[in-house]
Amino acid sequence: MLEIIEILRADAHASPERIAALTGLDVAQVRDQITTWEQDGIIRRYKAVVDLDRMREITGAEVVTALIDVSVTPARGTGFDDVAARISRFREVRSVYLVSGAQDLRCIVTGRSMHDIADFVAQKLSTIERVTSTATHFVLKTYKDDDELFIAQESDRRLPVTP
Amino acid sequence: MKPLNSIVAGCPPSGIRRFFDIASSMGDVISLGVGEPDFVTPWHIREAGMYALEHGYTTYTSNAGISELREAICADLDRRHAVSYRPDTECLITSGVSEGLDLAMRVLLEPGDEVLIPEPCYVAYGPCVSFAGGTPVSVPTSGRDGFRVHASSVAAAVTDRTKAILLASPANPTGAVQRREDLAALVELAVRRDLYLVSDEIYERLSYGMPHTCMPALAGARERTVLLGGFSKAYAMTGWRVGYLCAPTPVVELAGRIHQYTMLCAPHVSQMAAMEALRNGEDEVLEMVADYDRRRRLFVKGLNEIGLSCEEPGGAFYAFPSVAGTGLDSETFAERLLLTERVAVVPGHVFGSSGEGHIRCSYATALPLLEEALERMARFLRTLG
Repeated sequence: MLEIIEILRADAHASPERIAALTGLDVAQVRDQITTWEQDGIIRRYKAVVDLDRMREITGAEVVTALIDVSVTPARGTGFDDVAARISRFREVRSVYLVSGAQDLRCIVTGRSMHDIADFVAQKLSTIERVTSTATHFVLKTYKDDDELFIAQESDRRLPVTP
Repeated sequence: MKPLNSIVAGCPPSGIRRFFDIASSMGDVISLGVGEPDFVTPWHIREAGMYALEHGYTTYTSNAGISELREAICADLDRRHAVSYRPDTECLITSGVSEGLDLAMRVLLEPGDEVLIPEPCYVAYGPCVSFAGGTPVSVPTSGRDGFRVHASSVAAAVTDRTKAILLASPANPTGAVQRREDLAALVELAVRRDLYLVSDEIYERLSYGMPHTCMPALAGARERTVLLGGFSKAYAMTGWRVGYLCAPTPVVELAGRIHQYTMLCAPHVSQMAAMEALRNGEDEVLEMVADYDRRRRLFVKGLNEIGLSCEEPGGAFYAFPSVAGTGLDSETFAERLLLTERVAVVPGHVFGSSGEGHIRCSYATALPLLEEALERMARFLRTLG
């Protein structure tokens, strides 16, 4: 059953029929299992991994990504959770993690321009109560994202027929 | 000019060559004819190779190979198969199983000695026996029972000149995995008739469902077995040319003598990379095996659905379906399939006459291409009516 998840994580498009053929499971069984996981919220949703740099070439629409480290004064009872939840709800914020190290939260934020993100940090993020400092790192180039390599792929160098 | 060596001249070139030439000259070919993994060597292994180059590991190694690598190989065999070899006297690092096979034959055979080879088998077996002055004797197996090797048929081929039995499990081209009891029966035969066993276990990690039976781990086998293994298939390292030969000391001693004069040592960088593979490559091996296993299920099911009957192969990355129902011989089938639908497969007869009526399809091919190949094959079969 765990194989179903492995296959879907590599290819969310894999149909129940294909998964059944790959695993030897029954199609109905695969479909039921996926539905159960979807209903339980184990499978949250399906999305495409997009090469944003190349999308920009096509659409001309700029997408800027920044990693923002945030220092937070923890509160009795909630720790960092309430501040993290507030930050998470902004639509510009893609990911929020509580991390070890010098700062407390690491956020991934996207916007249409550096100015957009600077605005977000100045107006929204740093004004949240108990946020004591932020450090913004703009992404200059993406080499690998969510398991996907954006650097040159290796071609199949095998000879067409070998013993 | 005086004639060239008659044994070599008398050995026909591999039947695979012709299909290679045709396929190479065509565009848009989906090749199911490739006998190697479609993965590139895992990055950490390549990176270890680069590190070795950067730090000048460009010299000869000892003839037998780097001792840490021999230790790692012996420890790995002991851990996984409970078969114990001494790294210093019973293990030799070779340039792939190909060299190991050649060494084994040259060490074991006197001119005219016979080697029993269950067929269909890898294309090099017969020629390697011949080059060593021996006589290959094929023992046919049949697709009807999943290419099982029956000790009784092997026994029937034994003569006073028989010296060894040479086989692979899992096998190229059939993907067949021999049952433990069948291999035990072969060992018993070998003991009874005082024969050597040469066990090519290059595909051992690529076994699906059934645990691999390591020949020397069977009772009575170790003292008469030459075990050949390597990194090519499990770690996707075909081009590195590194493998090993494990056997009792007298065999390794003589194999080492030929090796020291002919090969000197396996490539140093490749040995360093192989060490990294053994130390840190297990997760990737398991991932690759799981991936082959899925494609195997999909592809074998697909073959049976389009009308090419195919037993479930238990290992390697080959399916060996029957094309007998089409009325075409395997050579004609493969040639027409290539020319009309641009799918390259290898006709079964190149792996021995009992391979006739079958084609070898490698499913070490990207999933979308496998699915496309099945569609093309189905279309081709419809034209045959």
